[in-house]
Amino acid sequence: MSTPLSVIADLVPHGSRVLDLGCGDGRMLAHLRDTRGCTGLGVEIDPQKLIAAAARGVDVLQYDLEQGLSLFGDRSFDVVLQIDTLPNIRHTENALRETARVGRLGILSFANFAHWSIRLQILTGRLPVTPELPYEWYNTPNLRVATYADFERLAAHCGLRLVDAFGVRNGRRINFAPGLLATEAVFCVQGA
Amino acid sequence: MSASPSALGDVTPQRMSFVQPLPLQSGAQLPAYELVYETYGTLNAARSNAVLVCHALNASHHAAGTHGSDPKSLGWWDNLIGPGKPLDTERFFVICINNPGSCFGSTGPMSIEPTSGKPWGSRFPVVTVEDWVDAQARLLDRLGIDRLAAVIGGSLGGMQALSWTLRYPERVAHCAAIATAPSLSAQNIAFNEVARRAIITDPDFHGGDFYAHGVVPRQGLAVARMIGHITYLSDDAMATKFGRALRNGALGYGFGVDFEIESYLRYQGDKFSGYFDANSYLLITRALDYFDPARTTGGDLAAALAPATARFLLVSFTTDWRFSPQRSREIVQALISNRRAVTYAEVDAPQGHDAFLMDHPHYHGVVRAWFDRIAQEVAR
Repeated sequence: MSTPLSVIADLVPHGSRVLDLGCGDGRMLAHLRDTRGCTGLGVEIDPQKLIAAAARGVDVLQYDLEQGLSLFGDRSFDVVLQIDTLPNIRHTENALRETARVGRLGILSFANFAHWSIRLQILTGRLPVTPELPYEWYNTPNLRVATYADFERLAAHCGLRLVDAFGVRNGRRINFAPGLLATEAVFCVQGA
Repeated sequence: MSASPSALGDVTPQRMSFVQPLPLQSGAQLPAYELVYETYGTLNAARSNAVLVCHALNASHHAAGTHGSDPKSLGWWDNLIGPGKPLDTERFFVICINNPGSCFGSTGPMSIEPTSGKPWGSRFPVVTVEDWVDAQARLLDRLGIDRLAAVIGGSLGGMQALSWTLRYPERVAHCAAIATAPSLSAQNIAFNEVARRAIITDPDFHGGDFYAHGVVPRQGLAVARMIGHITYLSDDAMATKFGRALRNGALGYGFGVDFEIESYLRYQGDKFSGYFDANSYLLITRALDYFDPARTTGGDLAAALAPATARFLLVSFTTDWRFSPQRSREIVQALISNRRAVTYAEVDAPQGHDAFLMDHPHYHGVVRAWFDRIAQEVAR
């Protein structure tokens, strides 16, 4: 289970122009359009997901994020989303910098690899399998994993301002010890 | 006769005459003229479900269905247009018009020029993509269609679709531009020029007035078609289909047909020169060369596309080197910077430029989903 749509959607101002990187089947953009009057554009490399998004009436560009975001101008979107996209990108740092360049606000979420249950599983000598990371080490599509604390450091390294940061557990926001207790991490960042 | 292989069945071309001259981009005008067109499906009471299909270089108004149930007469986009097809004629009223200057029934170089009583030939005015769009708009006026639910075209047809959104933004709700480009590259123009020189230097061309001599510059037209055909196929598609296969199993040590690819190209060239008009080929390749909306904005494509308000679908094909994905991305980027709605699919297909005429699940899946949404809007 990843972070519920509504938890992310609550962070997106009404009427925003939204770019959703790795938008999948366009669910989030359709939700933002229908509930918050947002306009938007998705980026997705998988053709089947592109078709599903088109069927929802969501505009999507079939585009490989590894090529960067040079298609998009500086601050050309109010919000740029990266929902569970970060672990699948090779050039993580560049993607983060580009997100902050293109969007006035960047919202990123990903599975927190420092959740206590993962820490316990690692203590047994095995890589963890959890509802958020349901793969074995040998068949995971994720290029990398990250923790809440890791991302804070990367954001600081990139000179980004954390507008908001919190964890998610059981589909709900938690602010206490998210690095340990949250299964998902959510960050709202802004460029300098 | 066997049943039509088309889901649409047999269709009948129609003809419309225009008395009012058509002003052209060149400053010249086309006096009284005729356009041939086909329609599929039914125009709804609100006249809101019309979709215009724009044809490319070699094609005609006959986009779908058959004539006389002849399998060989299948329309050029029959796999896309018809009942239950991605462009569903159960829901949309589809129109395809043969452009003036072409040679499938609309006024063109083979037509009789009224003042002289002779074929237009070399005197037929140079027409542009914009001129075609204007001619199409007039035909839609006469059909009582003020606003198109969508305009769609591939290759040169995609340029017309794009041009529609600039010349008549208020008349186009959606635009699908497939395997197209915002302008020709120098390489594209170079291929066109070689094709034209092949025609013009054929002794049977007679400066374009070969009709009076009872001849056709078949050799030149065939070579032109061979050149064009090379640009429609990908290197991979040619390698797969022909490779270095020999026609007769051994080298001939001469200049006849040794390789299968030679045989194929000659066959395509000969076939084409039997039905296509040489002057039309010159005119239409010139229209391709001239298309460049950004010419009036100092090369700034975003500025050139600023008038467009339609929602866009762009589709390119990975192995298309004639109008590569990069050319479609230029359009996408310009539209995004203008904050226009655009969906873009980059289809992994092996066939090269010709892929836009093929039935590919990803390509047709996107087009179907996109038109489904339009149908829902139209029904609302």
